Amino acid sequence: MKPRVLVVDDDSSLAEMLGIMLRSEGFEPAFVPDGSRALAAFREVKPDVVLLDLMLPGMSGIDVCRAIRAESGTPIIMLTAKTDTVDIVLGLESGADDYVVKPFKPKELTARMRARLRRYDEAGGETLQIGPPESPVGIDVQAHQVVRDGEQISLTPLEFDLLVALARKPRQVFTREVLLEQVWGYRHAADTRLVNVHVQRLRSKVERDPERPEVVLTVRGVGYKAGPP
Amino acid sequence: MNPAARWAPRPDTLAARVHQHLQTAVDRLNHRSRPALTRLSASWRRSLQLRVATTTTLVTGLIVLLIGVFLVDQIGKGVLKAKRDASISQASLGLDAALAQFEGLTPGDLNGIRQAVDQITANPASATATLGAGDLFTKVIRSADQAVNRQLPVGQPIPDELRRQVDRGAVAVQYAPVRTPSQPGEVPGLIVGQPVNTQAGAFELYYLFPLTAEQKTLGLVQRTVLIAGLALVLLVAAIAALVTRQVVRPVRVAAQTAGRLAGGALSERIKVSGADDIALLGESFNDMANSLQQQIQRLENLSRVQQRFTSDVSHELRTPLTTIRMAAELLHGSREDFAPELARSVELLTNELDRFESLLADLLEISRYDAGAAHLETDQVDIRGIVERAVSAAQPLAGRHGVELRADLGDEPVIAEVDARRIERVLRNLLGNALDHAEGRPVAVRVGADEASVAVTVRDEGVGLRPGEAALVFNRFWRGDPSRSRLTGGTGLGLAISLEDVRLHHGWLQAWGARGRGAVFRMTLPRVAGGPLDSSPLPLEPPEVLA
Repeated sequence: MKPRVLVVDDDSSLAEMLGIMLRSEGFEPAFVPDGSRALAAFREVKPDVVLLDLMLPGMSGIDVCRAIRAESGTPIIMLTAKTDTVDIVLGLESGADDYVVKPFKPKELTARMRARLRRYDEAGGETLQIGPPESPVGIDVQAHQVVRDGEQISLTPLEFDLLVALARKPRQVFTREVLLEQVWGYRHAADTRLVNVHVQRLRSKVERDPERPEVVLTVRGVGYKAGPP
Repeated sequence: MNPAARWAPRPDTLAARVHQHLQTAVDRLNHRSRPALTRLSASWRRSLQLRVATTTTLVTGLIVLLIGVFLVDQIGKGVLKAKRDASISQASLGLDAALAQFEGLTPGDLNGIRQAVDQITANPASATATLGAGDLFTKVIRSADQAVNRQLPVGQPIPDELRRQVDRGAVAVQYAPVRTPSQPGEVPGLIVGQPVNTQAGAFELYYLFPLTAEQKTLGLVQRTVLIAGLALVLLVAAIAALVTRQVVRPVRVAAQTAGRLAGGALSERIKVSGADDIALLGESFNDMANSLQQQIQRLENLSRVQQRFTSDVSHELRTPLTTIRMAAELLHGSREDFAPELARSVELLTNELDRFESLLADLLEISRYDAGAAHLETDQVDIRGIVERAVSAAQPLAGRHGVELRADLGDEPVIAEVDARRIERVLRNLLGNALDHAEGRPVAVRVGADEASVAVTVRDEGVGLRPGEAALVFNRFWRGDPSRSRLTGGTGLGLAISLEDVRLHHGWLQAWGARGRGAVFRMTLPRVAGGPLDSSPLPLEPPEVLA
């Protein structure tokens, strides 16, 4: 079955061109040119991935992103013409998984989309445990479930992948570059801000006190590692 | 061994100990006085008020001293002159009385003479009454045989000089110490001597006037002048300090306000009251501040407009460029089906799109710097990781050029607080530049570090730089040799952006080059973002050039 893509972009030429390109790459695109109708279209289309322009009429891409994130973990890739850190970080913090800067190469975009659609080939019944022993974070990889203190934590697929990547090798320190490659599927070194922002988002969900993390630890000058199991 | 020798202090050690004690004392003195001196000299240099008050006090003190000395001198002279005149006229009255006593006596009548002398010496009161002040004593000496020699008070010597003058028959006056019965010892005095020539013989009559009262008067005058002078000096010092303070205080306020203005508090103003010169200073200062504030706000607005424009251009250009890019890629993907001219056209289109994009990206980046909108996103990272990434990213280009790319990263981690994205961009630019100009010879990358800074050098052994070009390479769109084509199709902005990237870290980006010997680019960064930087751990010039 072809993966469905919801393209939220007000530039009709770009949307049409994206459509041509996506169809030729084996996707099934749907379009919405207006931010205020994006959420309705999202509920209707039920896409596997969303391409979201940040500058939209009606409702800003940031708000659309928040609205979608509030009800679904569906991968969102921002299309942005702005390269300023503020804009990118704001987009990522509002819940986008990844971003591509216009003008992007079509292959780059499809690679990112495929990386977001790719799921771990789960070895049956794997469960992982990290964090402090008195309050561990339990991960059921197959069921895509994270539990801490008896409560289920709802993570987006990306956050889940990030957590699993760290939890699978609890003693290893991951550089941001390695995480980018393993979780986001980047072959070349790219923007490490992606990692920083998503680690923050992940911490805000799994940590008891995000200011003093116990599950996802920072290793100064190197990167991150999982807290002791 | 002699026990005494054991206990006696050896001379050399004693001298050494004394010397040591002295040294300690001198040191302690220096320690104590030097800070005080330094403080004094510092406040002397800093405080206009102190300087003006001190100078005024010194000058006034000198003038008051001169006037006081002059006054005391004049008054003293006047008082003594009056005393002398009065004494002389008193003495001449006494002479008349003495002459009357000797009336009718002969030189042989010793008893009569003795009586007359007693009369004269015993009764000076008649003369005193007319003088009206001080004790008056007389003394008579018969010059011929010393037979009648009445002395009052006992032991009062008469200066020889005075006697000689009287011997010659003249009235003589001399200041000399005199004795009085009322006071022990001698007091300053005046002696008036005159010859008394009678039929009974030649006598000398001396009047002694103590100057005690005059001395008292003069002492009083001196004290009064001294106290008045001191009071005057103090008054002048206080006035000087007060007046200077009135002038200095507004100047200090202006200086403080100027300091705050310079520190960025653009709405700082001076409170102006009155219409004097000081108020004028305040008004002019405030006018200047107003005009500065307006200029700065105008420039800030311009900068905001520029930033906004950059952002808008970015968005407006990038969206259609994305569409073009996708269309071109689509055409490029199926160029095998096209006629050769069409296929080549599509290739050119795609390649030039790449160039156009990087040029656009660089232009936007540099205009962001020009607008002052660039910010650091620092993090503690191992510089070697960034170098490694940049080197591996440059390997394909090195392969195309047939250049060997070597990296000496050292063994220790080199942690510094940098914006990894910008530093990697700098290194990619430096590597691309070096590979472009390497002419097939190897390119070497080195990482070095010391306590305060980290450095990366990129060295090629290619065409190098002509003298003076090392300063030009960072200029926008500068090309060393216009006839050389660029394989990488650089935008001409790479090194200019790199320089801005490094400057944002408060670091250095420097170039060295010699014709035919290659070029070295060195990036030096402080370990802590914005930290001070005074030296680089790696030399800019290659060692063999220095040797």
